[in-house]
Amino acid sequence: MNLTLLLLFPLFTAFAILFAKGLKQVRLIALIGSIFQLLLAGKLLMAYYQIKAQGNQSQMVFEYIQNWYAPLHLQYHIGVDGISIAMILLTAFVVVAGILVSWKTEQLSKEFFFLLILLSLGAYGFFISLDLFTLFFFLEVAVIPKFLLIGIWGSGKKDNSAMKLALMLMGGSALILVGILGIYFNTHTEAGIHTFDLLLISKMHIALPIQKIFFPFAFIGFGVFTAIFPFHTWVPDGHASAPTAASMFLAGISMKLGGYGCLRVATFLMPDAAHTYSWIIILLATIAIIYGAFATMMQTDLKYINAYSSISHCGFVLLGIGMLTKTAIMGAVMQMVSHGLMTALFFAAIGMIYSRTHTRMVAQLGGLLKAMPFISSVFVIAGLCSLGLPGFSGFAAEMTVFMGSWQNPDKWFRLATILACASIVVTAVYILRAAGQTIMGPMVNKEHELLTDASWNEKSAAILLIVGIVVVGIAPFWLIDLIQPGTEFIMSKLGAIALAK
Amino acid sequence: MLNEYLILLKSEWIIIAIIFLLLFIKVGPKEWKNETLLYAINILLLFNLLVGFYNNVEGNLFNGMYHSNQLIFLEKNMLNLGVYLVSLIAYPWLKEHKHLLEFYILLLSTLLGMFFMISSGNLLIFYLGLELSTIPLAALANFDLHKRQSSEAAMKLIISSAFSSAILLFGVSILYGTTGSLSFYEISQHIYGNQLQVIAFILILAGFCFKISVVPFHLWTADVYEGAPAPVTAYLSVISKTAVLFIFMSVMYTVFKTIATQWYLMIFVLSIVTILIGNLFALRQNNLKRFLAFSSIAQVGFILLGLSGTSIMGIASVIYFLLIYLFSNLAAFGVITLVSAVANKESISDYKGFYKTNPFLSWVLAIALFSLAGVPPTAGFFGKFFLIMAGAERGNYIWVVFAAINMIISFYYYLKVVKAIFMDPNDQPIETISIPALPKLAMIICLAGMILTGFFSWIYEYIYSLSIL
Repeated sequence: MNLTLLLLFPLFTAFAILFAKGLKQVRLIALIGSIFQLLLAGKLLMAYYQIKAQGNQSQMVFEYIQNWYAPLHLQYHIGVDGISIAMILLTAFVVVAGILVSWKTEQLSKEFFFLLILLSLGAYGFFISLDLFTLFFFLEVAVIPKFLLIGIWGSGKKDNSAMKLALMLMGGSALILVGILGIYFNTHTEAGIHTFDLLLISKMHIALPIQKIFFPFAFIGFGVFTAIFPFHTWVPDGHASAPTAASMFLAGISMKLGGYGCLRVATFLMPDAAHTYSWIIILLATIAIIYGAFATMMQTDLKYINAYSSISHCGFVLLGIGMLTKTAIMGAVMQMVSHGLMTALFFAAIGMIYSRTHTRMVAQLGGLLKAMPFISSVFVIAGLCSLGLPGFSGFAAEMTVFMGSWQNPDKWFRLATILACASIVVTAVYILRAAGQTIMGPMVNKEHELLTDASWNEKSAAILLIVGIVVVGIAPFWLIDLIQPGTEFIMSKLGAIALAK
Repeated sequence: MLNEYLILLKSEWIIIAIIFLLLFIKVGPKEWKNETLLYAINILLLFNLLVGFYNNVEGNLFNGMYHSNQLIFLEKNMLNLGVYLVSLIAYPWLKEHKHLLEFYILLLSTLLGMFFMISSGNLLIFYLGLELSTIPLAALANFDLHKRQSSEAAMKLIISSAFSSAILLFGVSILYGTTGSLSFYEISQHIYGNQLQVIAFILILAGFCFKISVVPFHLWTADVYEGAPAPVTAYLSVISKTAVLFIFMSVMYTVFKTIATQWYLMIFVLSIVTILIGNLFALRQNNLKRFLAFSSIAQVGFILLGLSGTSIMGIASVIYFLLIYLFSNLAAFGVITLVSAVANKESISDYKGFYKTNPFLSWVLAIALFSLAGVPPTAGFFGKFFLIMAGAERGNYIWVVFAAINMIISFYYYLKVVKAIFMDPNDQPIETISIPALPKLAMIICLAGMILTGFFSWIYEYIYSLSIL
């Protein structure tokens, strides 16, 4: 199956949007394009199962290489494994849901949907890239659409948030650039040339002193995208000021670009340095989890609550990557998928509430269950998934991360695991408080009684995401089976070091 | 024999022919309308551009004083393309101008000077070309005859140019004294790196750095760019710099190859200071032309980073970046010239809310700024990436980290302009401008260049195959 189709579909959709006239045509084209993309992702999954059932043991399937800049040995090299497919499915779900939720965007609708599709193009390209240059290219494609989406269609202090987000993500990209150039110039293939190719580099051994210099650049660079502490400051303002679909995409997918990059580039290509620096990663991740959780308790704005809780949940991803055991890394990938769906659902619910009540402050909302039962139920489901209720995906993911983290015998790491587990209590506090105050209880504003419940597009978006959450929650084994070979491949690089120790 | 002169100097002869044609039109009796003249001249320039791709013969003339090879032909074609685009962009401003023919005569004279400068194999022809390319530019900078700022810019340009040329000549004379020859090849045989030669090198470097606005020789740049008319600023910032950078590369890599370690350190320091000062000052500008002046100073800092590579990768990345820089800057200046000629507005705060009234122009300007900032999918990303890659080749990662961090600062000020255009509200935005055909053609060419030059690698591969100095 040709993976470039994954890029061509959004590209055609984006071009078609440019030629459409009026909101109705534009959003219809965007929806059809993204649904086709979702079906394509499903077909990719089926094709993957088929090819694995036929006994294909190679690490990356559906590979395609084309020389791009031959003198510099840059290639357009794409391919997928289980982890990539999981992320592609996540992206497809969130994009369809995002487009459905933005159905009524009147202001400059053509540009809005165009930028949204462009964002998704960047994400798809990132997840299928097997060449560091192509990866970096697609990572950066997404930055300008984010800036424009927040700056033009956002709310609150959108100019400031948009600029802060753009600059910090650019900062992360700058660090990644240094990291991948360092890797490039220190790789030598048999022909004696440098390469950007992920698979070729993974077979080589880069000298430990070089790894120790460039691993921090690559890891922190990608970590900025995943809100590593202390570079998380773009998250609260960025997510809160963004329009709903952009928040869903930012928190759901963009933060996972960082996690995927940390795994695929930093840890995979420089495993020795990953071992050396694992204590710093775990320290920062634990701080993010605990600080994120406590900071969320202080928030009074629903979107800020979700944004800070995203920092906390993405801390789990970094914790799992830092622990460097197979279960922990699998848990990290599961947490990426689970949190992506969950936070998209949460932002969708908050967006629905905001578009009706025009306020996001918890104090001004109350008793919404009576007026808007569907939206309230969606809100509660998202909240329960966030705090890790069994049956939803959050439990499966977090449980796996904790189990995997405990497997690492170092006593400080076990302390970190205990602290991370304890943060669930804090999560429960802020989720239950937010849900209780806004959804249950007496109605604070009499006008809210007259509000309408979700329309068909919002219901479809919510149901789509809930299906994802429930499937992963009740049957996590299919996700685990999907990502297991990829994780084992990464562990094989790390494990060789552990055995040697 | 005569054939050799005709064929090898083909590009120069065409320019001379056009100059004489314009002179005849000027002194001739018939009164031509500006529009007719402009269309005719642009067709001539297009013809000049297209002919430059055919029948290019390599060879030497005047005992090695003038030489040409495929790389030099590529460079000349780039300059031709730049002049053609500047001419297209200048249409709205030139339509009302009384001295249309003088403008073109002076412009093409500078182009002729640049051709000789690039093809030089001898310091004498090099200096001749350099002076021919700068003196008419000072007159061109004065072409907004009713504005005092324009005359001020011209004065600053001519005095600083003369001073820097004097310093360059001083260096050249010391070099002649120590090596006994003016020919590039013979000088390169006699460079031993003794103190006198290093001093000569520093003086020549200072002369070059003035022309390409490297800090601390950049002080003329902002005032001249702001005062001169927008098309002349476009020409100065893009084509003049490009030509000098071409010959700069050639001189560094061939003549001064033996003292490469010394000049590597000098370029390192100059580049760091240039990027830093360019970025810091660009943050504070409100006038768009001044803003682009400082942003181009910062870009030159990056080019110096790529130049230090002294390898095929270095040369190829610099030439490639200059091509993309040409497209991006000329696209930006295209919009600025049009707005300046029609609405007479030049500051960033006037551009607030520009998107509501002029969507096409806003997108052109935005994409040009993204390309200058180095954001994919524009070609500027590839250009900057390859420059930094060429710089990292020597292993100087301090420089690379510094350049990467400064990309963030430059991103900020480019985004500030984009923000003003797209996001800031304005009660009285600039009114909708109907774009004449010629500037629109220029903008479309630049847009195509900015987007396609990155995706399709054959341009870079072609440049790479020629980059053997």
